[in-house]
Amino acid sequence: MTAPTSTPKIQLIGVKKRFGSKVVLDGVDLTIEKQSSVVIIGGSGTGKSVTVKCILGILRPEEGTILVDGEDITHIGGAARDRVMKKFGMLFQGSALFDSLPVWENVAFGLIQGHGVPRSKARDIAIQKLAKVGLTEDVAFLSPAELSGGMQKRVGLARAIAADPQIIFFDEPTTGLDPIMADIINDLIISTVKDVGATALSITHDMVSARKISDHIAMLYGGRIIWTGPTGEIDNSGNPYVEQFIHGRAEGPIKMAVKA
Amino acid sequence: MNFLASIGRAVLTVLAHIGRLALFTGQALAGLGSPPIYGRLILSQIMRIGYYSLPVVGLTAFFTGGVLALQIYLGGNRFGAESIVPQVTVLAITRELGPVIAGLMIAGRVGAAIAAEIGTMKVTEQIDALTTLATNPMKYLVVPRIVAAVISMPILTAIGDSIGVLGGYAVSVYSLDFTGYTYLKNTMDFAHREDITSGLIKAAVFGFIVALMGCYNGFNSKGGAQGVGNATTNAVVTSSILILAADYVLTAILFHK
Repeated sequence: MTAPTSTPKIQLIGVKKRFGSKVVLDGVDLTIEKQSSVVIIGGSGTGKSVTVKCILGILRPEEGTILVDGEDITHIGGAARDRVMKKFGMLFQGSALFDSLPVWENVAFGLIQGHGVPRSKARDIAIQKLAKVGLTEDVAFLSPAELSGGMQKRVGLARAIAADPQIIFFDEPTTGLDPIMADIINDLIISTVKDVGATALSITHDMVSARKISDHIAMLYGGRIIWTGPTGEIDNSGNPYVEQFIHGRAEGPIKMAVKA
Repeated sequence: MNFLASIGRAVLTVLAHIGRLALFTGQALAGLGSPPIYGRLILSQIMRIGYYSLPVVGLTAFFTGGVLALQIYLGGNRFGAESIVPQVTVLAITRELGPVIAGLMIAGRVGAAIAAEIGTMKVTEQIDALTTLATNPMKYLVVPRIVAAVISMPILTAIGDSIGVLGGYAVSVYSLDFTGYTYLKNTMDFAHREDITSGLIKAAVFGFIVALMGCYNGFNSKGGAQGVGNATTNAVVTSSILILAADYVLTAILFHK
């Protein structure tokens, strides 16, 4: 995305993924440099989440290569996958908090299970991370079901940064939030990513959020990345698909499948 | 032609399900033999599957033992064989009804709960979240439930067997004029160790089936509330059918002469 200075943090080369006869990713090429913040934009169902899930190893692409720090992780499993997963943190669209665990244990989960940190130490770290996203200690002992949507997003963010990951993924971080809370979450994303020194890959169709949290934007359409560039240049992309999308116009080359 | 195509599609769907289930079972068994072992989760599942199922298994076992004694008495009465009530009751309870009734009750109570819980975790991306937190969902969710069910079911069945015999005793003594001492002596004299152990082996297998089908259907649930509902129904139905099928196979193997 930026001028290459070293090995890219993440590189996708010709990644293809289909579900049955439906081709979702049809040769995605994307390069993300270290400590950059990239947002993938695109309409619903264009494969943004599938792209991230392929990087995370939740889905396996049929073709193509995914490199993290130059290492091919496309088909790795077992201990090698566990080692790579420790580099990742993820904020899910619906927060995906474990409702059987209290808030602090949600935040500390990766530390306890993935990194073998003792529970008492992990609880202290969880409370520190909750403070970073603006939540007080008393929240730590509540159940996720007792929190509002905005608070759940904050807890999800605290969980994503708990183990100081090198790469953080954000899946529709502001969807379903009111504009003020969405802006608060955007600010938290910027500050926490900078704080941790991580590389960020976000997916969203919220252009306000995309402009705010990214330094580069890539647009996914028809299973391919059709435009990439610095965030400041997106208004002058010269790409009719990008222009239609960022201005939210019904008329243009992008045709939404609407059943009568 | 359309008719043949629909038959072909149905066959392919069934074969795909069998293949997926075989792969899932293989992954679960592989997870059993490799660290990490989540001891705390296994203990909490033993409480959920075993301890909290005691009332329902105990009640059904009691009434099953009672009705069994009554039916044997009424049937035996036709050819003057009323006295075989304790012997046939203990045999039927320990070999068949104890493990099967416990298995079906656990399928309804625990299999459904496992499928609903894991299904909800699937549709709310909690299972994906586990993966991103460097935790293998098979080892964290499936293995503890299978281990807990395989441990709990024989214990539940042993308790259910005792309560079932007690149900037969209560009906025989208080309704059919048997003497308590004679009933218990005939029961103890007639029941062999292999009658009890065969039932406990069956119970362990039924526990494996219930936990496996609950987890499998939960993991494969799609969509929202309806998908979770379908997963729950499928878990109970497939577990129940597999329990009865496995019961026949195990009986044929364990009592093969």
